Amino acid sequence: MASSIRVRATSNGDITEVQALIQHPMDTGLVKDPKGEVIPAHYIQQLTFECNGKDVFVADWGTAVSKDPYVKFSFKGAKKGDDLKISWTDNKGASDTTTAKIA
Amino acid sequence: MKTRSALLLGSLSAALAAFALTSPRVIAADKVDPVADAKAFQNFFFQKFPEVKHEDFVNGPYSMNADMKRQWQEKEEFPPYEFALDAGKEMFATPFKNGKTYADCFPNGGVGIRQNYPYFDEKEGKVVTLELALNRCREANGEQPYSYVKDEMASLTAYMAFTSRGKPMEIRIPDDPRALAAFENGKRYFYTRRGQMNFSCASCHVQSPGERIRAEVLAPALGILNAMPIYRSEWSGMGTISRRFVTCNSQTRAVPLEPQSDEYRDVEYFLSYVANGLPISGPGARP
Amino acid sequence: MTTTSGPLATRRLILQGAASVALLGLGNLPFAPAHAAANDKYPEEAFKQKNEADAIKALYGRNAEPSNKVKLDAPEIAENGGVVPVSVTTTLDKVSSISFFVTENPFALAASYKIAEGTIPGVANRLKMAKTTKLVAIVEADGKLYSATKEVKVTVGGCGG
Repeated sequence: MASSIRVRATSNGDITEVQALIQHPMDTGLVKDPKGEVIPAHYIQQLTFECNGKDVFVADWGTAVSKDPYVKFSFKGAKKGDDLKISWTDNKGASDTTTAKIA
Repeated sequence: MKTRSALLLGSLSAALAAFALTSPRVIAADKVDPVADAKAFQNFFFQKFPEVKHEDFVNGPYSMNADMKRQWQEKEEFPPYEFALDAGKEMFATPFKNGKTYADCFPNGGVGIRQNYPYFDEKEGKVVTLELALNRCREANGEQPYSYVKDEMASLTAYMAFTSRGKPMEIRIPDDPRALAAFENGKRYFYTRRGQMNFSCASCHVQSPGERIRAEVLAPALGILNAMPIYRSEWSGMGTISRRFVTCNSQTRAVPLEPQSDEYRDVEYFLSYVANGLPISGPGARP
Repeated sequence: MTTTSGPLATRRLILQGAASVALLGLGNLPFAPAHAAANDKYPEEAFKQKNEADAIKALYGRNAEPSNKVKLDAPEIAENGGVVPVSVTTTLDKVSSISFFVTENPFALAASYKIAEGTIPGVANRLKMAKTTKLVAIVEADGKLYSATKEVKVTVGGCGG
């Protein structure tokens, strides 16, 4: 099973730019399926980016984040080759983690 | 309103003039001339939208509207079809139960060939689309065919389109009366009004690209298939050419045909042929 | 099949109802409001608030003042309300969090980001907007709250592309 997380982390001297795309339905719990049954809320609540033992960026999400969420940010203090650990947990207790090398 | 209809009239007559200029055989209406048709079709769009770069038409509504183009470019930084593309690549490389793969069914192992589809199969006497060829490949190898409108088919065609990105569409019409008839039939379907709203494909995508229908900006017909398959935000997912035709029909309150029915195959043949020379841009992302 | 699915569905609805009552009950307990920036806990309460003011209060416990140092970038007309690219940058110092509120959504708080020291104060993401709405970005900097607001027009999808 391929990872649900796609990351691009590129170092540009002092600054590392990070883009991540995560495969997740992000169901709001307000939508009905074709049979008329409510699709229960199912969404990522927390997404963490950790580098060199430190949380550099933490996202707290509600149901208004789009399906297959995307986020982009930049941080200082990392260099090419460093590991960036990305993990998420959702409201049903599911989670996924991946580690990307900063390019 | 007055200006707008005047503009519309103006562009229509310009199109007619262009058609007359580029097609000396316009009077011989019974003569099928795809070369002249393609030239007239392209010139119509090039003259109607002189500020749009030719290769940009394959980006659909984004070639027509700057604000939307910006939103699209932001999306393209990490495009929503990325997962389908990866899935397609993996599926393409995974052998069937009999050990063969998709690559065994296609010229050049299926890589970089999207621009040659659909083609006219002279043995069968019909148009064969990429989606059809993929399912035939599955069936020939003892696998169940995929739904033409759903995810697996879109993933496979996304991967195949990706390997052809930037290559000019290159559809051939062999010197075979059946091929010419298929082209003509597709053209007829494209320009025929149907459904409760009495729209033809051309009403929206030739007469009114760049204008809004309700909230959305209409895509030009020129190069519209070069971007397939597409991730449509409206669908929250991927869709194939078949899916696009079916939804277009149902949104204009017409009765959609069966995916890969002869007429849809012929429309695809017509629309792809008149986009010859424009680059493959699929997989695409659309509102 | 159809005869059995009726009661089952009802039962599920009742269960759901019971669950939300239980959640509401918890919400009413005198817990201290979880401030997003103060710790790493997921701000459950703030995400449950329907309107923007209540969500800001639950998240930060105070109000924000408008600032031209918060640059909020969003389209004027969203091509699709389900996927609206939105981003914030700021020239403010000592930024510890950035949050987005979509006032017309069923729950106003959309996303809240904790910005560590050394992380550039800015974020781009994609949000859902139920209809034409005010979008508010709040930047927490040096213990104070600053905001920027923009209106985004959202229209339902139909035929296009």
